[in-house]
Amino acid sequence: MSRLPITKTPKVYVGGAFIRSESARVFPLKDAAGNFFANIPQCTRKDLRNAVEAAAKAGPGWAKRTAYNRGQIIYRLGEMIEARAGEMAAALVLGGASKVAAAREVAATVDRLIYYAGWTDKYEQVLGNVNPVAAPYFNFTVTEPMGIVGVLAPEESPLLALVSLFAPAITSGNAVVALASTSQPYPAILLGEMLATSDLPGGVVNVLTGFRKEMVPTFATHRHLRALVGVANADERKALAIGAADSMKRLQLLKAEEPTDWLADSAQSLYAVRDTLEFKTTWHPIGA
Amino acid sequence: MLARSPHGALRRLFDDVGTVDAVGIEERVAKYGTRSIKKASKLWGLKLAASMVDLTTLEGKDTPGKVASLCQKAMCPHDPELGVPQVAAVCVYPAMVKHARKALGSATAVRIASVATAFPSGQAPLKTRLAEVKAAVADGADEIDMVINRGAFLSGEFGVMQDEIRAVVEACGQATLKVILEVSELETFDNIRAASFLAMRVIREGDFIKTSTGKTSLNATLGNNQVMIEAIRDYYLDTGVSIAMKPAGGIRTAKQALTFLIAIKETLGDAWLNNARYRFGASALLNDLIRQIEKENTGAYQAPYYFSEATESY
Repeated sequence: MSRLPITKTPKVYVGGAFIRSESARVFPLKDAAGNFFANIPQCTRKDLRNAVEAAAKAGPGWAKRTAYNRGQIIYRLGEMIEARAGEMAAALVLGGASKVAAAREVAATVDRLIYYAGWTDKYEQVLGNVNPVAAPYFNFTVTEPMGIVGVLAPEESPLLALVSLFAPAITSGNAVVALASTSQPYPAILLGEMLATSDLPGGVVNVLTGFRKEMVPTFATHRHLRALVGVANADERKALAIGAADSMKRLQLLKAEEPTDWLADSAQSLYAVRDTLEFKTTWHPIGA
Repeated sequence: MLARSPHGALRRLFDDVGTVDAVGIEERVAKYGTRSIKKASKLWGLKLAASMVDLTTLEGKDTPGKVASLCQKAMCPHDPELGVPQVAAVCVYPAMVKHARKALGSATAVRIASVATAFPSGQAPLKTRLAEVKAAVADGADEIDMVINRGAFLSGEFGVMQDEIRAVVEACGQATLKVILEVSELETFDNIRAASFLAMRVIREGDFIKTSTGKTSLNATLGNNQVMIEAIRDYYLDTGVSIAMKPAGGIRTAKQALTFLIAIKETLGDAWLNNARYRFGASALLNDLIRQIEKENTGAYQAPYYFSEATESY
């Protein structure tokens, strides 16, 4: 029996729901051979605004979870990708990766999540401190998540780079609004479906697709974003620096001109967790 | 038998004032959300909405200090250079009126509204309720928000309900009266329209009808706002008396407020687009209005924690 083709409408994952862009715009995605594959949502600054509102709702609850529970949930996200590794690899092949490279990227992505899942209840011991002071006080330095973090994923490694950028932020209880690779958005769309089944509360990670030049200025100026991490070219870095100065935002940007080896061990680090933390020092008198 | 049951009384009232097409109302108000208000007109609407706010605190834990800071915020909601207007009024419990008057002084344009008459249930003897109204007015309240006797309405004793409103009108003296219908307890659009007419027939020109206390699960919605402003329109066309309107409870975002203003513009026209004829009873709304005004001025989306001390800083 012949069947009609059932094709999936790609939607972005925002606030725990799969949505189209509020603008209703899409852009066509072609596979590596140049054949039409699907229409991808072309998100706008208003979608970014809505995603930030969703992150603001979800963030406090996520930050209040125990570190142990956050670790379990990030581990669970790894499990979800592992279970659908073949589908995810196919999405990477669609963008031009070889089968071997795609399988390697998916495996590295899962491993990266497991790496940060392990850090959730350990980074505080390493980054926090009891400071020696010359008076009868305990002096503690403790960490707090910054709040809502913007992530600008690079064009290459559309899955691994995106996950490597947002995973350290959610490790400590931040919420994330990420902009996926423009030329290879499909793996990020698929990732949304895995985020949805990972026990991660809706709104903690929001992934948008669209054009960087439409979105980067809003990432720069949105005052509710506390920090931006990601990859940007020289022009974008300048715009982001100006916007960040005005809105008191922390920037941790890699240069697009100097490609990062996302597969390397150097692409995962405790210091990436530190990049989206605030440090608070408190004094407490020592009793008799 | 029918003649003496609440059903018969309600039916005669519906024959008198007309009924509501509930599906039509919902369909109509759904369209208000589709209007595109941008740039200058949006900024104008946001500032207008700010000037219509009855900045409210109605909690058991209210203190004179909290009321004083609310009054400060009412008089100067934000950096004066931003051009955010003063709100229309502060809305407090009767016991807090004298503290509000002390904080506002007598020269201010910000009015003091007080929810008297055993708010929110209204379940106290009439004598007590009237005494509460008089005490609030004596302490310096410019406006009184009363609740109707829903029990009397639902049992068909419309005369009782109207007599009580008349008594409160008298107790108000110079003060403006707002009659709270508590729409969630009236249950149907037909009842809301009927109660609106009963109230409008006994209050004075410039007095308000108001949706709700904000203390029940369902508060002001576009639907019951629409039923009430259509009642105001029909009453005005019949009698030439203009009654004002105040939705209260549940209006938290600037976008919602603009949608309510669109409903007013398209139903009652420009004559009702001012704070003598239309108010928002709200506590959190003003923060979001200021936030959106700042966004319009700067072009940058703002974080809520810049505009309210009550907001989490996440």
